[in-house]
Amino acid sequence: MIMTTTAQKVEAEKVEKDIILDIQELSVYYGKFRAVNGVSIPVERHKVVSLIGPSGCGKSTLLRSLNRMNDLIPTARVEGKVLFQGEDLYAPGADPIDIRFRVGMVFQKPNPFPKSIYDNVAFGPRINGFKGKLDDLVEESLRQAALWDEVKDRLKDSAYALSGGQQQRLCIARTLAVRPELILMDEPCSALDPIATLAIEDLIHQLQEQYTIVIVTHNMQQAGRVSDYTAFMNMDADRAGYLVEYDATQQIFTNPQDKRTEDYISGRFG
Amino acid sequence: MSISRQERNLAGRRRGDRIFGFVGLGATVLGLLVLVVLIVDVAKDGLPNLNWEFITSFPSRRPGQAGILSALVGSIYMLSLVALIALPLGVGAAIFLEEYEKRGWLASLIQINIQNLAGVPSVVYGLLGLGLFVRLLGFERSLLSGALTMALLVLPIVIIAAQEAIKAVPPSLREAAYALGATKWQMIWHVVLPSAFPGILTGVILALSRAIGESAPLITIGALTFIAFLPDGPFSPFTVLPIQIFNWVSRPQAGFHDRAAAGILLLLAVLLSMNAIAVYLRNKLQRKW
Repeated sequence: MIMTTTAQKVEAEKVEKDIILDIQELSVYYGKFRAVNGVSIPVERHKVVSLIGPSGCGKSTLLRSLNRMNDLIPTARVEGKVLFQGEDLYAPGADPIDIRFRVGMVFQKPNPFPKSIYDNVAFGPRINGFKGKLDDLVEESLRQAALWDEVKDRLKDSAYALSGGQQQRLCIARTLAVRPELILMDEPCSALDPIATLAIEDLIHQLQEQYTIVIVTHNMQQAGRVSDYTAFMNMDADRAGYLVEYDATQQIFTNPQDKRTEDYISGRFG
Repeated sequence: MSISRQERNLAGRRRGDRIFGFVGLGATVLGLLVLVVLIVDVAKDGLPNLNWEFITSFPSRRPGQAGILSALVGSIYMLSLVALIALPLGVGAAIFLEEYEKRGWLASLIQINIQNLAGVPSVVYGLLGLGLFVRLLGFERSLLSGALTMALLVLPIVIIAAQEAIKAVPPSLREAAYALGATKWQMIWHVVLPSAFPGILTGVILALSRAIGESAPLITIGALTFIAFLPDGPFSPFTVLPIQIFNWVSRPQAGFHDRAAAGILLLLAVLLSMNAIAVYLRNKLQRKW
């Protein structure tokens, strides 16, 4: 065979690009309602991918199906595949507990546990049976989350004594402490002021060296600042979210291929 | 088209406002007044009798020497057993209903029955305890039979209180635990229970406050009224404060009535301190974070 098929070409490209997460024709349903319709997004290792789109277009739903958090909603079910490191997250034997350990998540509102700063970071390692030096792991995680210098003298204080931005960085440190292979962020700055937002965005840049990040954001400037790739989602008349365009962020913002993307990023709707 | 000053009738509405304020005040004062009169009346007879000797003496045929020691110790002993039995059962049931079987016909069925059980007269629990614990299981008229019966009686209160406390734990904390790879039980043990604990504790103490005042079920299962020794274990015969009080009140001698009044004061004191402890613990644990 001299000619390769298109499918083979796509596969070859994925290997070349080192795809860590491959979302294939993913649909998510809540009961009879289809929230996400046939979305395909390949995510490259050590890249930041942002999901943008109008409210209710299924961005968060899509994100929460990448670590099986949607399993917590009794009526939720999915169709399609999510290949993570080559394994389908929805294969019959896939264990959501294991998946959530490997795919970390940072939520919209900072949600530290009502425990000390130290215990918050140590929570993940502890429940997963970490046997090494916990102090070192906590320090390293807090350093990675750019919070260590601010909290090193008060690790035993309540996490609730921190400001909102610090709490969110603590939640990121907590996620980092289990060394996830992929980090999902669901509008991590929407409850923060601009300065705290900037700190988180800087942090995302730093984390990129070691981690892969998928981030949902309402803020298009943020998508432009932090992400390498951007997926623009929209919704149909039946409110099912679908993918309009997925490309390098630069491309999406300067030269979108789809009229709807252009309208959205130029602020004509949404 | 605007509303005229006359139509607005500001003065009239303000008057109504004031009148209702007084009605509310009156209702509150009336209720409290009855309670105050009751306590003052009991205190008048009881206080002179409420001394260390009364608390540390066993009951006696002579009113002047009758003390409440065996009943007080019996009550404390029984309440401890009730707490030990009702806490794990109640919290376990609440966790099952809130975390494991939240919807579905089974949960609804259990839920309705728990609410119904909370309204069952206490004497019915006494009959159940008599049949089940005293006779069938052969625990006799022991502290254990009494404690098991009382535990069943207060179980609905504990379950409902624990359910409310568990419900109040923010979903965002559950999600945070799950997102770190926690199993359901780890999430419950490390996140839900610590957060719900103050509420559960309050519920348990309120349930114990109910149990300390109950006498009907214990009389039904055959708690004795005259005990001149301290219980030496869970299989010991026993008596409790309300039964001792009831016994004294039903005697013809006036001296015993004064002893009953002193016993009531003691019962109230124990009850109020338990509630105080509940409030203290709740505030302390909540303030921690």
